[in-house]
Amino acid sequence: MAASAPAAVLQVAAGVPPAPLYETGAFGHEASLVVALLLGTAFGWFLERGGLGSARKLVGQFYGTDFAVFKVLFTAVVTAMLGLFWLSRAGLVDPYLVYVPRTYVLPQLAGGLVFGVGLVLGGLCPGTSCVAASSGRLDGLALIAGMLLGVLAFDEMYPALAAFMDSTFAGALTLPAWTGLPVGAVVFGVTCVALAGFALAERLEAKP
Amino acid sequence: MSAAAGARPYGSPYLAGFGVGMVLLLAFVVMGRGLGASGGYSSVVATGVAAVAPERAAANPAYAGYLGDGTVHPLKDWVVFELLGVTLGGLLSALVAGRFRVMVERGEGITDRRRLLNALGGGALMGLGAKVARGCTSGQALTGGALLSAGSWLFILAAFGAGYAAAPLFRRQWS
Repeated sequence: MAASAPAAVLQVAAGVPPAPLYETGAFGHEASLVVALLLGTAFGWFLERGGLGSARKLVGQFYGTDFAVFKVLFTAVVTAMLGLFWLSRAGLVDPYLVYVPRTYVLPQLAGGLVFGVGLVLGGLCPGTSCVAASSGRLDGLALIAGMLLGVLAFDEMYPALAAFMDSTFAGALTLPAWTGLPVGAVVFGVTCVALAGFALAERLEAKP
Repeated sequence: MSAAAGARPYGSPYLAGFGVGMVLLLAFVVMGRGLGASGGYSSVVATGVAAVAPERAAANPAYAGYLGDGTVHPLKDWVVFELLGVTLGGLLSALVAGRFRVMVERGEGITDRRRLLNALGGGALMGLGAKVARGCTSGQALTGGALLSAGSWLFILAAFGAGYAAAPLFRRQWS
């Protein structure tokens, strides 16, 4: 590790971004699992802080009583989006080495619709159910069991669904590429939408 | 002393969201990937099926993709370890804040048994939906949202839209 540090500094001087560290070969698979455990622990900590390990608080989003889901999700999206945007601008991160989820239009539309119904019925999502379970909630455990059953059902049906799953593929399509707008303009737009959403959420929650 | 009496209220959702965002940004910078959840469930299911019915698992690409070439155990996976961390982090935060309590969280209108069945059914729908969409709230909404993936924003709109449309059907269980 000590030997690689000066090399990384030289890379910056030469104009080659040193990060993402794993993608540029700074450490291997075993070490990446330690990183996963540490980042996951911080992720779970903040989800619990924000109240997203509580199903009743989470579904308040859909009954207009508590917008914690929107606030946590969009604050996180804007924070990470602005951070990556400026770190890339500064030449510290190569954004093309960060994996962008691929777009499959119809599967993501259909999957999102089914997921949304499950979210209101179950009251937790696949990640927050782990927080709910570890903070003592048995409904979190039941939801984890349901997730495993749902994944098993999909996997068993996969041969029949394969053609649909591979349909309407659009690659690593981003909103800037799709709209033709500059990345900075879309980043600014998403930030404005989030801020407007926060203002609306505060007004709705304050309503008697 | 009851656990609820010592429980501190939840923190600001904006601060929690900022924390999640910084964790996500660290994942981008350190790993070149975002956070996930449903992928961890896929690894667990594939490992289980491979243990019970190895030939069936090998014949289905839905499992084979998570089992790899056999050189690395399928549970030595990035998202599996991340989810173990999420579980640990949730426990630590709940303990520190006095919010740990063994309970079934439900609305007044339904029984514990009904709530557990609904959580099981909701989980199954989300498992199915997340597989079809290739990700859930973590991998699509959070990670893909921050990376401005067009499909991820479609997922966010579809999931929230369906959630609002279905909410009246389930109002009684949450009131």
